[in-house]
Amino acid sequence: MTPVLEIKNLQVTYYTDAGRARALDGVSLSLLPGEKLGLVGESGSGKSTMALAMMRMIKPPGRIEGGSVIVDGTDLTQLTDEQMLKARLSKIAYIPQGAMNSLNPVLRIGAQMTDAIRAHDPKASKAQVEERCLASLESVDLKRDVFKMYAHELSGGMKQRVCIAIGILLQPKVIIADEPTSALDVVTQRQVMETIDRVQKQIGAAVILIGHDMGLMAQFVDKVAVMYTGRIMELSTVREMFTDPKHPYAQALIKSLPNLENKGVFQGIPGLAPALLRLPGGCSFHPRCIQVMDHCKTQRPRDSTLAGGRTVECHLYSEKA
Amino acid sequence: MTIQVIVRRLLFLITVVWSASTITFFIPRISAKNPVRERFAALSRSGGFAPADMEKIIAAYNTKFGLDKPVLEQYVDYIASIARFDLGVSFNLYPKTVIELITESLPWTFTLLLVTTILSFILGNLLGAVAAWPRAPQWLRAIATPFILLQGVPPAIMAILLLFFIAFRLKLAPLGSAYSTGVIPDWSSPAFIWDVVHHQLLPALALLLGSIGGWVLSMRGMGITIQGEDYVNFAEHKGLSGPVIFKDYYLRNALLPQVTGLALALGTVVTNGVIIENIFGLPGLGRVLGAAIGSNDFLVIYGVVLFITIAVATLMVFVEFLYPLLDPRVRNE
Amino acid sequence: MTTTTLDRTAFLQPSPMTLMGRYLRRNKSLAVGLLILLLLVLFTANGLATVDAENAYPLSVKTKQVPSVEFPLGTDYYGRDLYVAMVVGLWQTALIGVLAGALGTLVGVVLGFISAYFGGWLDAVIKGICQILTPIPAFLIQVIIAGSLDKRDVTIYTMAFVVVLLAWMGPTLVIRSQVLTMKERQFVAVAKLSGMGDLGIIFREIFPNLLPFIAAAFVGQVFFAVFQSFYLAVLGLGPLREPLLGNTIWNANGASAFFNNWWWWPMAPAFALVLILGSLALINMGMDEIANPRIRRTE
Repeated sequence: MTPVLEIKNLQVTYYTDAGRARALDGVSLSLLPGEKLGLVGESGSGKSTMALAMMRMIKPPGRIEGGSVIVDGTDLTQLTDEQMLKARLSKIAYIPQGAMNSLNPVLRIGAQMTDAIRAHDPKASKAQVEERCLASLESVDLKRDVFKMYAHELSGGMKQRVCIAIGILLQPKVIIADEPTSALDVVTQRQVMETIDRVQKQIGAAVILIGHDMGLMAQFVDKVAVMYTGRIMELSTVREMFTDPKHPYAQALIKSLPNLENKGVFQGIPGLAPALLRLPGGCSFHPRCIQVMDHCKTQRPRDSTLAGGRTVECHLYSEKA
Repeated sequence: MTIQVIVRRLLFLITVVWSASTITFFIPRISAKNPVRERFAALSRSGGFAPADMEKIIAAYNTKFGLDKPVLEQYVDYIASIARFDLGVSFNLYPKTVIELITESLPWTFTLLLVTTILSFILGNLLGAVAAWPRAPQWLRAIATPFILLQGVPPAIMAILLLFFIAFRLKLAPLGSAYSTGVIPDWSSPAFIWDVVHHQLLPALALLLGSIGGWVLSMRGMGITIQGEDYVNFAEHKGLSGPVIFKDYYLRNALLPQVTGLALALGTVVTNGVIIENIFGLPGLGRVLGAAIGSNDFLVIYGVVLFITIAVATLMVFVEFLYPLLDPRVRNE
Repeated sequence: MTTTTLDRTAFLQPSPMTLMGRYLRRNKSLAVGLLILLLLVLFTANGLATVDAENAYPLSVKTKQVPSVEFPLGTDYYGRDLYVAMVVGLWQTALIGVLAGALGTLVGVVLGFISAYFGGWLDAVIKGICQILTPIPAFLIQVIIAGSLDKRDVTIYTMAFVVVLLAWMGPTLVIRSQVLTMKERQFVAVAKLSGMGDLGIIFREIFPNLLPFIAAAFVGQVFFAVFQSFYLAVLGLGPLREPLLGNTIWNANGASAFFNNWWWWPMAPAFALVLILGSLALINMGMDEIANPRIRRTE
């Protein structure tokens, strides 16, 4: 099967008064149709920048400096602005944290779905458009009445479902869900995740799920990518990541999760994530790494591909490879 | 909006009107100045009255206007007469009633202020919204800057600057008054109407230039806030075009607080109108007030002030009734 | 974490003046506003020191003189030297502005504090009065007050007082809402838990944090006071004898200065008011930028 999403060496830099901040530093990954990837990392690790870069929504002072985002054979970085407008939602869709404030308070839900379709298909008849919207609402378990309602009349979970319904309106090939369950209660979180799971199966889209709740993620994704300082440190299947993480940072992350054995013993990762403006030389994780070696401080490790196609960016494995 | 809210608003309106009436009643009485005596003192200063008769005449007038009754009784009479829309008579233009003076001058003031306020609100908000919109062309965004700089200049000052440069130096507009001297008002003649419009242009421009900057500034601030909202962001993710996002997601939301701002600005609007009419010598409520101040015509002063206050408070409540039509969130509260 | 022990002496701390200069270079409206204000102060101070203030009053000099070397801003129909009138008028306008501004802010801060900090019926009463007075155009009530005064009693100080009477609601509501949010903040809760009394909390914890808002309210109040006293004077409700800027314009307007070709008469006070109100508006905008950093981003 050919991958539906291929990101190659994607680079994003923010130019600030204090200097250049590399928010994405050469990220590569690929997804097959229907595949689900979880993207985890601390805040500031580049998860959200990644989502914005794929949608080509990086705004000044930020810039995509290089690399490509190929969706279904089209390199999005090469499109004109006009073409990119059409590509959004139809090829690659973004589902925001809908529970908060992602819906326009003064427009009916229906209007916010209709304008999305109209932007891509101006000729569609009114009845057609409405039918598509209603079908989309039903596929996320919402009543048809929601079409005529306003955001403030919906609960947090319902607003999130509306966002999902909008995201799948044009049956995109790739769906990016940016922390879709934060600010929801635990029961609703689960229902929303199940909804995403179901609709992506229906339309066969690849999904990138961004979040920091590794526990929730473990139940829904196939692969997990761990990000740190704008780089993917490790990318493995979800089973491998949780049972046998390779990268010291991934190991620390997994260890910091509460589980039945170390109940009550909360283990964080020592130190703080470094500011992107002053990245340490060599491997950016070395100041916090418990297995740090001398050349970690000077040489940046390369991606090493291990058995089963998992990749790790760490000197511990580059020697073995 | 429920009946309850409407009733509450109307009660508030009545409270405001009652407070304003009470203030206009008691403040002049605190100063212990007898309006009749003041008036006659002014007349006698200009010569023509024998002081011997004056006390008698004043006493007679005091009885006529009820000024010899106890204050509390006067107050009750006063409130009762306001409830009957009776604001008394003018000393100066006797026997013209204050209500007559107001109805004669109101159309002038209303037209001028309505046109300039609506224009100022629309233009100012559009300019402010564009100024805060990063995707608008640079030159379009820059138009807002001079208006923001003008924001500190009140319309009265603007009026004098315009009078000097446009009317006095360039002779492009008349120096004041409602229509050319010697012209007989005839509202069926296009020439007369054009003459009136011509005379209103400079006052209107002064009001417009003096108020537009405030809208530009507040809308720019509002626009910057709205741009950071998640729903504007999501609209971009949906692939909507710039104009659609601007109109439906950005402008519509940024305008909501501005409508409340419009209600709050109404007091300033009439204040500016009063001053402008006096500077340009236009017929209107403001000029009636100015003339009454100049001739110590107290009942006219109180009557006009009370009328304007009631009008502003009523319009404010009216705008608040309109607000739910624009914002669905307050509709079913 | 071992990197926190930074050697502070290694950094050259710029002097407060340098820091201020750097800040003003970024905050242009504040810088320009302050500069204009400074020039106005210098103009007025220099004028007051060099002219005979008597010439600002009628029948002192030749009448209706076009601006010349002898009378830089000309003279009016009543025989006032308009340059002197401008100097004295600026001083009087500033006096009204600062007096009424300070008083209005003070009343507002006190009422706002009481209202927000103690709450209950006090809050209800203060808030209610503010709400009822808001729809009433303050200027018109000032017209009634000023109109009820005996014209001979009207002085610069009564002007300031008349303006203040209806100018305290704005600062009251602003300070009230700020104190309300601050009451909820952690540092106040901590102070309460540690047994600090009401006055201690107000003066040691809340007040210092309110200072920027009080400063902004003060600038706003001065603007408002200058504006309102000018409008009262333009309607002829000012201290008629004084060469207050608004009075000069009222006089010029009453004498139909433009019709009679005495164009210079209202122009100087008009420009002076543009500068005063303009500088205050710029300072206000600059202070907004401090209070609301998001505005800065678009510059």
